[in-house]
Amino acid sequence: MAYDVYKIRELFPMLRKDKTMQGKPLVFLDNASTTFKPRSVIDACSSYYEEHNSNSHRGDYDLAYDADMMVQKTRDTIAKFLNCDSREVVFTSGDTQALNLLAYGYALKFLKEGDEILLSIEEHASNLLPWFKVAQLTKAKVSYIPLNKYGQITVQNLKKALSSKTKIVSVAHVSNVLGYTVDIKEFAKIAHQFGAVMVVDGAQSVPHSKIDFKDLDIDFLTFSAHKMCGPTGIGCLIGKYDLLDRMDSFSLGGGMNVTFHKDATIEYLNPPSKFEGGTLNLSGIYGFKAAVEFLMDLGMDNIHAHEVELQEYALKRLKGYKNIYIYNAHARGGIITFNIEGVFSQDEATLFNHKGIAIRSGLHCAKMLPEFLGVPSTCRASFYLYTTKEEVDAFVDALINGGDILDAYFS
Amino acid sequence: MPISLDNNMMRAIIMDHYSNPNNKHQPLNDQFVKIHMHSDNCIDDLDIFLLVKNGVVEDACFDGIGCTISTASTDIMCDLFKGKSIKEALYIIEQYQKMVHEEEFDAEVLDEALAFINTSKQAARIRCATIGFNAAEMILKGK
Repeated sequence: MAYDVYKIRELFPMLRKDKTMQGKPLVFLDNASTTFKPRSVIDACSSYYEEHNSNSHRGDYDLAYDADMMVQKTRDTIAKFLNCDSREVVFTSGDTQALNLLAYGYALKFLKEGDEILLSIEEHASNLLPWFKVAQLTKAKVSYIPLNKYGQITVQNLKKALSSKTKIVSVAHVSNVLGYTVDIKEFAKIAHQFGAVMVVDGAQSVPHSKIDFKDLDIDFLTFSAHKMCGPTGIGCLIGKYDLLDRMDSFSLGGGMNVTFHKDATIEYLNPPSKFEGGTLNLSGIYGFKAAVEFLMDLGMDNIHAHEVELQEYALKRLKGYKNIYIYNAHARGGIITFNIEGVFSQDEATLFNHKGIAIRSGLHCAKMLPEFLGVPSTCRASFYLYTTKEEVDAFVDALINGGDILDAYFS
Repeated sequence: MPISLDNNMMRAIIMDHYSNPNNKHQPLNDQFVKIHMHSDNCIDDLDIFLLVKNGVVEDACFDGIGCTISTASTDIMCDLFKGKSIKEALYIIEQYQKMVHEEEFDAEVLDEALAFINTSKQAARIRCATIGFNAAEMILKGK
């Protein structure tokens, strides 16, 4: 069946035709930040509160059993989506918490002085700061895979940066600023040869392309539901079971222990439960399942092809404008990072806002990247499965026609 | 300055203070009080410096990275403050804050800062338009 973006849009309340911003039709191109939710996800979230409200793990009655089943079914759905075992699916509040769980639950336990954590300067803060903290606590060292001249992280540069001291390699599968895809399968293979575990921040890849956890042979994968049509406040750490089993929990309390004693000993549940202390975000889990099903129905390959088509279309239209600088023309995906000569990124974003177009300006949480790009900040437009050619046209027209940045205040 | 500033004049004032900010430089000596400001959601990253002697703001300047709105508004603020008592400067800040939040305000004291009267049209930029004023308020109130 052909991919009909207009039919798909009808499923999203936020994409209704009368939705405006600054009095103009809303064009949402900040999908790398967060995405809109289809009706099925919104309904699934409210169905928890309206039909199924009870706690998981805790009750002997039918309602609680249903909640338990739903948590399990959501794990199963995610496991099928990513080709992993459902026992390898740990619920977190999102990508950031998943990376923090790894830092505190894995790295803090196993790293020692002199060990190295290998990252890149284009990582999002969530894939840097937890490692910085662990490095401080363990006296391990943080080092960086050099970027090539396009800003890509290559296998060649990984090899140069690895050493026998490297214990963890953690990079984004797709950069949230430049949109480049890292050859993760090869990365994992090489990292394993050096005895390091491979952590992949999937925030910008899981929502946009087919991911096969087993085939990639990575050790850990993290992502957030809200960037893939799901609710906010829920996400995942996927980990190889034996590694999850060896890791410590970072959040202790109810629902994650078997028993505990006066002498302060604790017996933990098995993964994934041992990481999920406290009441889970159950409404989020209901919605998460609906979101994954929504994406699987559309087909990840179709989604990716749609985004690449939009990106190629936009780049073709933007070709030849000397005052528009595109930083990631070599990437293949729905992220376009740019600046207009002489215009501060935030002023540009405000002008877009004035035209009803939502784009992002600034550092996109990758605060070490500007030194590489040589500019203090950039603008970013990011497409998703529901973005249309007409929206790309609106974006390109706004970019080409420009206008005085103060139009936003005075017209 | 009359409140009947037209849009073109306001645009010209903002662009002039953005393109040629005469107060954007490091302080002349170490007697200035400095406060570092950065926005939570953007990259405005400014140092604000005030020289206060005997209850009077003798000089004001700023330096760093900022968008059009934060740069121009802070530059104009520095002009407004020079020679004003702390009390007068705080009154200017109060009136300016009222203006950008669409409350009734005393236009007499704001002079070129009136150019930011439309800031609320772009609500996300209120933080830019007030970053310098917020810094100055902290310095003047000793926070």
